Amino acid sequence: MARVVVDVMLKPEILDPQGQAVAGALPRLGVSDVASVRIGRRVEIDFSGEVDLDKAREIADKLLANPVIEDYTVRVEQ
Amino acid sequence: MKIGVVTFPGSLDDGDAARAARYAGAEAVRLWHADPELHGVDAVVLPGGFSYGDYLRCGAIARFAPVMETIAREARDGLPVLGICNGFQILCEAHLLPGALTRNQHLHFRNRDQRVRIENATTAWTGDFSAGQEVVIPVKNGEGCFVGSTELLDELEANGQIVARYVGENPNGSMRDIAAIRNEAGNVVGIMPHPEHAVDLLTGPSVDGLGFFTSVLKAITPGRRTTTEEVPA
Repeated sequence: MARVVVDVMLKPEILDPQGQAVAGALPRLGVSDVASVRIGRRVEIDFSGEVDLDKAREIADKLLANPVIEDYTVRVEQ
Repeated sequence: MKIGVVTFPGSLDDGDAARAARYAGAEAVRLWHADPELHGVDAVVLPGGFSYGDYLRCGAIARFAPVMETIAREARDGLPVLGICNGFQILCEAHLLPGALTRNQHLHFRNRDQRVRIENATTAWTGDFSAGQEVVIPVKNGEGCFVGSTELLDELEANGQIVARYVGENPNGSMRDIAAIRNEAGNVVGIMPHPEHAVDLLTGPSVDGLGFFTSVLKAITPGRRTTTEEVPA
């Protein structure tokens, strides 16, 4: 499969209330040694032909992530 | 005077926005997301709702709708555009306004009548207000927390681009209590609360919202714009 994986995360300086809510629930599982939780999004892009990494980067930059608030990484899945 | 109101799949407040335009004395023209033609309108409202199901990020997919390509081009040429709630999110995603709107800090959807202070009355959509005036209009959002870098926020303050701020409790954690901003030229305004829901005492807390729609009618220069419709083939 010609798959590219894009990981999108909120920039470190952007508050992640979802992650905070999850972190806040951890003590109920008996977990007390987690400093923080941050939530992002994993996107799998399957090309029908060869992997086009430049095209994948364009998709990530223009659509999958909002560079104002999010960072992303693009990699070919081995 | 014609005010266009765009309907995306998932728009909710297009009907109320069209009604508000009519209350203000304009002809409301319904625009369709898949139709790039603006049908000769003098101003455009991007209404609230959940365009494309809010998938990916609010407004991220609506930005690529055929109608948005035309609106983005015309907005850079001076077309007055008001984005309300989801419309504000779309304007940020389309880079017609700076910054971004994120999940409410408390994670709750917030729906209530909200007091806001008009900070800038020089935009195409706020000319009928005076700076410092407080109005009450409904707020109803889950992702209304405006964020931007400190440099951006300072720049917005310095340029008078903050159009309205929340008064009293901030409903979503928005930085510097920002409820509405404008672009540098002042023709594009994004607002998180809903002026179109405050145009009739039967259904809203006030008629304060009407001012946004009457303002733009005075800001429009009739016949200034030519549309593709009017260009001979």
